[in-house]
Amino acid sequence: MTDWMGLILFAEQAASASDKVSGLPLGLAITIFVLAVFVGFEIITKVPPTLHTPLMSGSNAISGITVVGAIIAAGAGHSLWATILGTLAVVLATINVVGGFLVTNRMLNMFRRKSN
Amino acid sequence: MDKASVIELLYLLASVCFIMGIRGLTHPRTAVRGNAIGALGMLIAVVATLLHQDVIEFTWIIVGLVVGSLIGAVLAVRVRMTAMPQMVALLNGFGGAASVLVAGAELLREPPPPLGDVAVATYASAVIGSVTFWGSLLAFAKLEEYKAFRKPIRYPYLQPINALLGLGALALTVWGVMEPNSIAAYWLVVLIASVLGVTLVNPIGGADMPVVIALLNSYSGLAAAATGFVLGNSVLIISGSLVGASGIILTNIMCKAMNRSMTNVLFGVLQPGEDAPKQDEVYKTVKSASAEEVAMLFDSASRVVIVPGYGMAVAQAQHAVRDMYHLLESRGIEVLFAIHPVAGRMPGHMNVLLAEAEIPYDKLKEMDEINPVFAETDVAVVLGANDVINPLAKTDPQSPIAGMPILEVGKARTVVVIKRSLSPGFAQIPNPLFAAENTLMFFADGKKAVLDLIAALKE
Repeated sequence: MTDWMGLILFAEQAASASDKVSGLPLGLAITIFVLAVFVGFEIITKVPPTLHTPLMSGSNAISGITVVGAIIAAGAGHSLWATILGTLAVVLATINVVGGFLVTNRMLNMFRRKSN
Repeated sequence: MDKASVIELLYLLASVCFIMGIRGLTHPRTAVRGNAIGALGMLIAVVATLLHQDVIEFTWIIVGLVVGSLIGAVLAVRVRMTAMPQMVALLNGFGGAASVLVAGAELLREPPPPLGDVAVATYASAVIGSVTFWGSLLAFAKLEEYKAFRKPIRYPYLQPINALLGLGALALTVWGVMEPNSIAAYWLVVLIASVLGVTLVNPIGGADMPVVIALLNSYSGLAAAATGFVLGNSVLIISGSLVGASGIILTNIMCKAMNRSMTNVLFGVLQPGEDAPKQDEVYKTVKSASAEEVAMLFDSASRVVIVPGYGMAVAQAQHAVRDMYHLLESRGIEVLFAIHPVAGRMPGHMNVLLAEAEIPYDKLKEMDEINPVFAETDVAVVLGANDVINPLAKTDPQSPIAGMPILEVGKARTVVVIKRSLSPGFAQIPNPLFAAENTLMFFADGKKAVLDLIAALKE
């Protein structure tokens, strides 16, 4: 408990001291990161073992959020190579997202079918 | 409100959707909706990004989104439930690779980005993403049981080589951070981390695969979070760390269920103990039974517990098991399923396979819940499980599975073990339960055995 309070405190301090990078101050980014990890721990420990496979495929789909970065890389028109890398990243991340959410939905429907 | 603030708020909304979505997964009743909320969050994030001022050229984005959606949809619809670990491994890998490419593209920006503090994050994306991608591809090949990957490639100095690769990546990272725009350093790090991904997963196999899949799941999240630091993007950081936490929690659960540390799973080699009991000695008193004899046991039973293992899935026996379940229930016998945390090839895999066979999830009991019930069970039917029911885990401190929590099947009045032969499980040790006084061996293929049992019950 006290450990991570300290971590957040550190992150806050870093936030006020750091300089701005790409729109989000590094310290603030660290704060968000640490807090999100704790939110993650809180909710994920409550997921029952029965649903651990859908949890993995579903959280997997969420990690496809890289698609956001990929879209910017593919659409910013920086250079030919950046566009190529970005487009490839859009394809891979979208497979991750669409495949992940759909297969999770397929599995969860199986659990719902016989739940009554 | 300016456009940048709107985008920020939409990202916040997406992050909230992800958190609500995962929270929905805490119960099977709310899970489908939770998953849909998560997907909605993703849609919001994508739309918000399309509004971003940096995005000026849409052709290739649309091409990428369409191609990716098609491939993803085909994969999701066609995958067999038994192959779910491979599917998750593959998707993990794609997520990792996307992070590598995004961070790589960011380095190519014109004018070069003011990297500064986030240079470290750029290289973290490279390392974590590459390890995730190549590690996942290898895990996929192993799980698919492609011939070339059935056995790990053996070479000397395994750990020193891994350490050297790790140090190499670290040294290049330092160089890259000093000279933030060194594109060569970035791709060299990607190359080294790719090799590292392969060498790390190469020696791991069999029952340890669930741990690897869970860990790579965590890495794919951390890679996304690292990319979030590179781009200064809050939604990437939040979702990445959620997934990172999820993977770590599952990895821990798996390790605990095997009573092994993560280091031991990743770097240790499971070896049979020196003075492991000899197979012939242990199996002197094995008794075998026929389908008719087992069916007679059921006739006088009031509670039956079925203990499925991955062997059930290999034999494609889950639908036959469902029929047997219905038949027994129709005769007033209570039927429960005992699920060990490491049964199957990924966390929760066995539950999905049984759910596919339409067995109600409230009949699936976790280890802690079912163990006290065995003492009041008439017949325990073991189908394709071995190491997770081996009493040596409790009695023999020298055993490679010593201390692993097991399903205490032996406490049931009668134990029926359906198995092709007396061959050992992954841990390569004999199982004294098979020779116990109250155990009957039913030697047959899993599916055929259950079908024979159903036929015998109907007579």
